[in-house]
Amino acid sequence: MNNCIIEMKGIKKYFYGVKALDGVDFKVRTGEVHALIGENGAGKSTLVKILTGVYQPTAGTIILNDKPVQFPSPQVSQKAGISAIHQEATMFPDLSVMENIFMGHHIRNKSNGLLSWREMKDKTQILLDKLELDIRPDTKVKNLSVAQRHMVEIAKALSLNAKVVIMDEPTSALTLREVEYLYKIIRKLKSEGKAIIFISHKFEEVFEIADYFTVLRDGKYIGEGTIADITVDKIVQMVIGRSLAQMYPKLEAEQGNIILKVENLSKIGVFKNISFDLHKGEILGFFGLVGAGRSEVMQTIFGIDTKTSGEVFIDGEKVYIANPSDAMNFGLAYLPEDRQIQGAILAMNIRENITLPIIDRTSRHIFLDRNREFEITDEYGKYIEIKASGWEQLVEDLSGGNQQKVVLAKWIATKPRILIMDEPTKGIDIATKATVHNFISELAKKGIAIILISSELPEILGMSNNVIVMHEGVITAKFTREGANSKKIIRAAIGSISK
Amino acid sequence: MNKENGVLDIKKIRKISLLNIMWQWETILLFIFIMVAIINSNLSPYFLDYTNLMNTTFNFIEKAIIALPMIFVIICGDIDISVASIIALSSVFMGMASQAGVNTFGLVAIGLFSGSAAGFLNGFIITKFGIPAIAVTLGSMSLFRGIAYVILGDKAFTKYPTSFAFFGQGYIGNTMIPFELILFFILAIIFGIILHKTTMGRRVFAIGNNSTAARFSGIPVNRIRLIIFTVTGLCSGLASILLTSRIGSTRPNIAYGWELEIITTVVLGGVAITGGKGNIFGVVISIFIIGFLKFGMGLINVPGKVMNIIIGLLLILAIMLPELLKRLKPKNSFSNIKK
Amino acid sequence: MKDLFRKREFNLFIFILFIIFGVSWRTPSFLYINNFVDILNDTAILSMVAIGQLMIIVTGGIDLSVGSSLALSGMSVALLNQYHPGIPIFMIILISIAIGLLLGSINGLLVSRAKIPPIITTLGTMSIYRGLVFVLCGGTWVSAHEMTEAFRVFPRRSFLGISSLIYLSILIVILFLIFLNLTRTGREIYGVGGNKIASQYVGINLKKIQYIVFTLCGGITGLAGFLWVARYAAAQSETAIGFELQTIAACVIGGVSITGGSGTIIGVVLGAFFMGIVYNALTMINVSPFWQMAIQGFIIIFAIIINTVMDKRNQQLMLRKRSFNE
Repeated sequence: MNNCIIEMKGIKKYFYGVKALDGVDFKVRTGEVHALIGENGAGKSTLVKILTGVYQPTAGTIILNDKPVQFPSPQVSQKAGISAIHQEATMFPDLSVMENIFMGHHIRNKSNGLLSWREMKDKTQILLDKLELDIRPDTKVKNLSVAQRHMVEIAKALSLNAKVVIMDEPTSALTLREVEYLYKIIRKLKSEGKAIIFISHKFEEVFEIADYFTVLRDGKYIGEGTIADITVDKIVQMVIGRSLAQMYPKLEAEQGNIILKVENLSKIGVFKNISFDLHKGEILGFFGLVGAGRSEVMQTIFGIDTKTSGEVFIDGEKVYIANPSDAMNFGLAYLPEDRQIQGAILAMNIRENITLPIIDRTSRHIFLDRNREFEITDEYGKYIEIKASGWEQLVEDLSGGNQQKVVLAKWIATKPRILIMDEPTKGIDIATKATVHNFISELAKKGIAIILISSELPEILGMSNNVIVMHEGVITAKFTREGANSKKIIRAAIGSISK
Repeated sequence: MNKENGVLDIKKIRKISLLNIMWQWETILLFIFIMVAIINSNLSPYFLDYTNLMNTTFNFIEKAIIALPMIFVIICGDIDISVASIIALSSVFMGMASQAGVNTFGLVAIGLFSGSAAGFLNGFIITKFGIPAIAVTLGSMSLFRGIAYVILGDKAFTKYPTSFAFFGQGYIGNTMIPFELILFFILAIIFGIILHKTTMGRRVFAIGNNSTAARFSGIPVNRIRLIIFTVTGLCSGLASILLTSRIGSTRPNIAYGWELEIITTVVLGGVAITGGKGNIFGVVISIFIIGFLKFGMGLINVPGKVMNIIIGLLLILAIMLPELLKRLKPKNSFSNIKK
Repeated sequence: MKDLFRKREFNLFIFILFIIFGVSWRTPSFLYINNFVDILNDTAILSMVAIGQLMIIVTGGIDLSVGSSLALSGMSVALLNQYHPGIPIFMIILISIAIGLLLGSINGLLVSRAKIPPIITTLGTMSIYRGLVFVLCGGTWVSAHEMTEAFRVFPRRSFLGISSLIYLSILIVILFLIFLNLTRTGREIYGVGGNKIASQYVGINLKKIQYIVFTLCGGITGLAGFLWVARYAAAQSETAIGFELQTIAACVIGGVSITGGSGTIIGVVLGAFFMGIVYNALTMINVSPFWQMAIQGFIIIFAIIINTVMDKRNQQLMLRKRSFNE
């Protein structure tokens, strides 16, 4: 195909023996919006990082305009006309908007070679106007909201005049109006003959904006085709490899008394007037976009952050939780979102990780008792089916899914009555995902109250008894399992029925 | 792209060899220690003389006593460069008290208390405001010694009770084993047990490896750091008692530049400057390596400032060595694969 | 102009004025123009080296060896002058800069290539360089009468009543204002300190930047070495001991974030000037020079706390503002 601007063939990428990508083919033509679809952990981000020169492929070739190329660094890829809006924060918080846009390719005055701030400011203003963004070019990025930061990233990609623009989940933090606007920009870029790689796991978006799609699952190439010729069901089948009903075990846990009651919990500038009840045996789903404040609410309840006002009751008694160890004494456990930073201690072994929160229980007075640690690790490690060469194996040498199981085992071992799980299946393989889901159901059956934060709608719909939706720090809707459907939840999450 | 496949294997190889190096680090240190001892005994026939050997330890045991808590500080991912200044501060306070007629017991109490207070101040500012330890202890290094200068100026305290001399000059009974040395070994055993055998030690390693995950797991990260800085201050105060008692006088420039040697000792002993890794045994050997090395250089009349060149080089080489070995290893494996 | 006096710098400026008025109320002679020229002369070297320190701190590093490198380059040129009095003064200047560049680039290589953390690298080279000073001079002094007239007088030579020392420091300030604000490399220094991963994404070479900042800081320090020994007409193994702390203090007082990513030259120069004023005022109101060290330590800690607290307060204000906008 001659109008192929980029062709990737047989791309493999291994991390310490874990196959992140296993022989992926991917081609993009000029003037098309190409959706790269797959679940978290399917390998989309890894593929993008290879295309942008952040990672080097273990095997495979990249062909740009019919010529094989290599991208040993992000700069080479950028020079070749590929520009990406990354998922993670790639901003310079202490620097201005214009500097964030021009970092790495500052405009220089032709006569003396010095930087021309006036020109950069003018160009930034033009870009901001184009995106209808009401911010000043010299505002520091640390003073912007999440959505504004995202738009600045888009402005940055535009400023690079890229031939291929990669957008990695660009809409995750945007309001409806901003999303509409983004679509307008994308269509405009398309008409200018640019190729857009659009990464998303939201099917509505894909059908709205994309022309062509490629599906990845578990690091493998599954298929491709034109959007016009495919149905949602077909794509879902390709993405998850089985039907939804199979994935989420229906649960029949009996719900008991209210165990956790939160009243008007607020933290200035982060969230406001959060109130909800949680029953024994209930799975309460929390849905919302990135930056909606779900994690912050839970971290405040768990004593990691401090509240401005509001109350928390456990078993009907008002409690004061100043730190995580207080929270643990009240029977709370919090499985954090970022398992590599907040969850596991990668350089320590499985035994040390699992026993960390309960170290006082496994030790004799202040002295460590490795045998008891081993027993407990063995008990929970086997229960949760952690696959490892032994309990002395370092957590960093495990696969993502098994790392998550270690973190899960660590919190289950505290014998919680209330378990808060923040994106428990983010970025793990499909098999582990199913295990985790089974597990959540089983725990609920035992009478443990569970709060499940997730950005995956099927997971929320499939697992929860009740669903709470948050948008920009406030609760915008509450649904029962029967009353919930994806449309209603999404609308509440993007704020269109708020206030 | 076959070459790329090889990279994977190399990563595995590198991991294993790195583990080996870590395991062998203490062995290497022991070897170096024996080398230093042999060279020293060649330089001076008296080196291996029992009495002489014991007396040599006076020159570095005070630093060694601060190196013990410094292991905890560095494993936590922090650093404390104010320890030498705390010695000066405590010494000046003891000098003032002695001048005012306070007895030996009182002096010891003052030394320990002022050291702990200074360490607590460091820890409090670091944890309360979330400021990097390097910045705070850089300031307090100047502040503490500055206070010593304010109090003493260019004068010196030289009047100490006779019984006070025991701590830095005394021996255990008739054994010719210095009191300082025994004290050090007792402390080394206590610190070693805390680091490797107790829940506190486990928590310290957890903090150093990933303080966020540690906090999320219910570990009171800041309280533990505060305790460690306070204990570091306490040990600095203790070192100050020993040093002041040994030299029998206090000048504001007392123990100047010791922080460098203490940190060097700890790092040479295999404690990772980035935190999370280390063990007490390596540091104890490293204490004796540096101590005897300096003693050996003293035997051939190397001036103190020149010794510092060697210490500085040792520090840089000690940190560079793992990185260098890491770099050498893959190259070898590469050439093997190519063949 | 708005940028120049944004918040911290402006606050510091007001604070300096406040001190000036306070002290001159008790000691009117403080306000004499000569006294201010003295303060400028006293802080010129500090400002220059603090700018070097600023660049390193902005990248997230620190240089504890500046005092020792200053002494080493100063001692080298002093000895050169003593034994080869014929060497012209501009050659001396170039040699002192070259020695500084060399010492700085050794730091830079150790940090960027051998990946030793800056604090450890410079803690090590601090004692190595200081030891080399001792080796060079054998523990003795190079005193005024062993230096040539041209060498000794150079920093004091004045034009329009202002010494060459001040002119040189102004030159350095202007050069680095241009470098840090109007060149790509200059901006990349801020990029590296602000977000290492993001700067990699936009193709900034971290190693290169680390090497450059240490080398440039070395160059400035080298020049400062000559100016120092010439101005005080003495070179000895204790020259500029503890000077690294003063440069860091000037940075911290000037609002440079100790974790990297932000800080301005104007702030640092004001910070240095602030320290100069404080020391000068102390002498004016007859406080013993033994207070200097303690006050410096106090100022460092105080300034860092103020900066941290203000940062948090600002962030909270922004959050509050945003939540009101809803």
